Amino acid sequence: MKKLAFLAGLLGLLACIFVPTLLKNHGIYLFTYWLIYVIATMGLNLTIGYAGQKSLGHAAFFGIGAYTVAVMMQAGYSFWLGMPLAALGCFVVGLALGFPALRVQTIYLAFATLGFNTAVWLVMRNEEWLTGGTFGINNIARPEAFGISFDGNLAYYYLVLAFAVVLGLLLWGLLNSPWGKAFTALRDNPIRAESLGVDIRGYTLLSFAIGAAYAGIAGGLFGSLVQFIDPAPFTVEASIMMYLMVVVGGPGYFLGPLLGAAVGVILPEWLRFAQAWYLFVFGTAVVMLMIYLPDGLLSIPDRIRAKRQSREASAARAANANQRSAEGVKA
Amino acid sequence: MTMSTNQPVLKVTDLKKAYGAIQAVGGVSFEVRPGEIFGVIGPNGSGKTTLFNSMLGQITPDTGKIELNGQDVTQLGPLELNRLGVGRTFQTLQVFGKMTVRDNLIVAAQEHQGTMFSRMFAPSDSDLGAKADALIDQFHIKHVADKKAGELSYGQQKLVDIAMAFMSEPDLVLLDEPCAGVNPSLVGGISTLLKDLNKTRKGSFVVIEHNMDFVMDLCHRIMVMVEGKVMAIGTPEEIRANKQVLDAYLGS
Repeated sequence: MKKLAFLAGLLGLLACIFVPTLLKNHGIYLFTYWLIYVIATMGLNLTIGYAGQKSLGHAAFFGIGAYTVAVMMQAGYSFWLGMPLAALGCFVVGLALGFPALRVQTIYLAFATLGFNTAVWLVMRNEEWLTGGTFGINNIARPEAFGISFDGNLAYYYLVLAFAVVLGLLLWGLLNSPWGKAFTALRDNPIRAESLGVDIRGYTLLSFAIGAAYAGIAGGLFGSLVQFIDPAPFTVEASIMMYLMVVVGGPGYFLGPLLGAAVGVILPEWLRFAQAWYLFVFGTAVVMLMIYLPDGLLSIPDRIRAKRQSREASAARAANANQRSAEGVKA
Repeated sequence: MTMSTNQPVLKVTDLKKAYGAIQAVGGVSFEVRPGEIFGVIGPNGSGKTTLFNSMLGQITPDTGKIELNGQDVTQLGPLELNRLGVGRTFQTLQVFGKMTVRDNLIVAAQEHQGTMFSRMFAPSDSDLGAKADALIDQFHIKHVADKKAGELSYGQQKLVDIAMAFMSEPDLVLLDEPCAGVNPSLVGGISTLLKDLNKTRKGSFVVIEHNMDFVMDLCHRIMVMVEGKVMAIGTPEEIRANKQVLDAYLGS
């Protein structure tokens, strides 16, 4: 099973490397867009899927990251200075947003984070001296490193892919360290976890902070991709969409964000033919998913396995019963 | 961790806790000695759970003092108490359903090693695999060790639940109704297990339980609580022979 997953991952990575070379600009743009949302939702998956928190404020971090990099570059600093600053800034703000989570849970926590998102959005819209207000920030350049320019669409795509792979590996490492078990314990049963010495305060705060840092990096990459940012992509609606991506992909499944972000970014493109019906079709698809696959798309293999196991178990029970009744006849 | 042999592991002095007009615990004092299995019995509403929650840092008592190995821990929360060597089980099942049995045991001890930062770079099982397997053997749950805890039967989950409390080698384990909802054949098994653990690990246990045969068989000393007060403390024989206890509790 582990081997199979590794092989699938390798094939997926190869596809990510070679498929875009066959695509036109719009296709490459979509792939890049998708990967940026994969990075952002990887972070959100940590917060809600692994650590069991609720957040409807993830787009705010996405925005803070985008504006940090854009403002820094506007002021003449390098992308490579703006990016770590975006990650660090989001980490710190994420830590602060974690504090309400120590007091309130579930829907109340969701509303607290939603309020946070609205507040950040208002700052982006109203503080024109910093963010350019509704006019936004124009002409955000694409970075270069070691003499290589990432100005071209394909080159920039590969840069984003590199970010996604490295951040994915880091998260994989974290989740396979004892931290992964601590997060799961926190999600499954915080009271029991605390009675076993798990510092649930610390892990709650860090699940928000690390998730936020991922969104910040994704935001920085987003600004350079579209080269123009205004407050529109960082609304509460965008946060809800990111939450949806995690839920559709499968919260708590490592590869869930790959599928979830695809549903959120690529499916709307495929549904263009539906035009005015697009939202209706998309909404219906999501409702169907939630009814039939409440644990997300990646729960399908687990479901098949569980079905097979219960079938085998009932077969074994039947065989046992037959044997017993046969023995009964003999006796 | 055992200090001088005469010092009690747990010393509770004149503990009081009221909820509004109701005095749930009204001045309770007792000691638990090293290596002792100490039972707490009493009818519903006698204050056992409030007492338990105070000892575990879930609630802060109004007055009184709780000492662990001589250290005043009255104001400490559940996390600090656990780090100081207090393990516990809950009245209801509290396993991590989505983790395997082995991972349930590993997570029950991993936070006692290193710092949060160093654990980021520790191996996945925190080098606790062998220790977990030893407990898994002792609890006879080897055949389900790699199953998700949530998929096990109630009795098996109960065993996992109890085993988790012992993973970090606590000095004191508080067991809240370890036999609640367990079928009679497993009750004997749990009793044997707890006696073995008591012998091999030299830990002290406090057990709240309604099953009188179980308590009488398992515990070295028993405290009877009625209406928030201590009615008697003594060996099982003494408790059985206590006229007052018989009238108030056992006789019914």
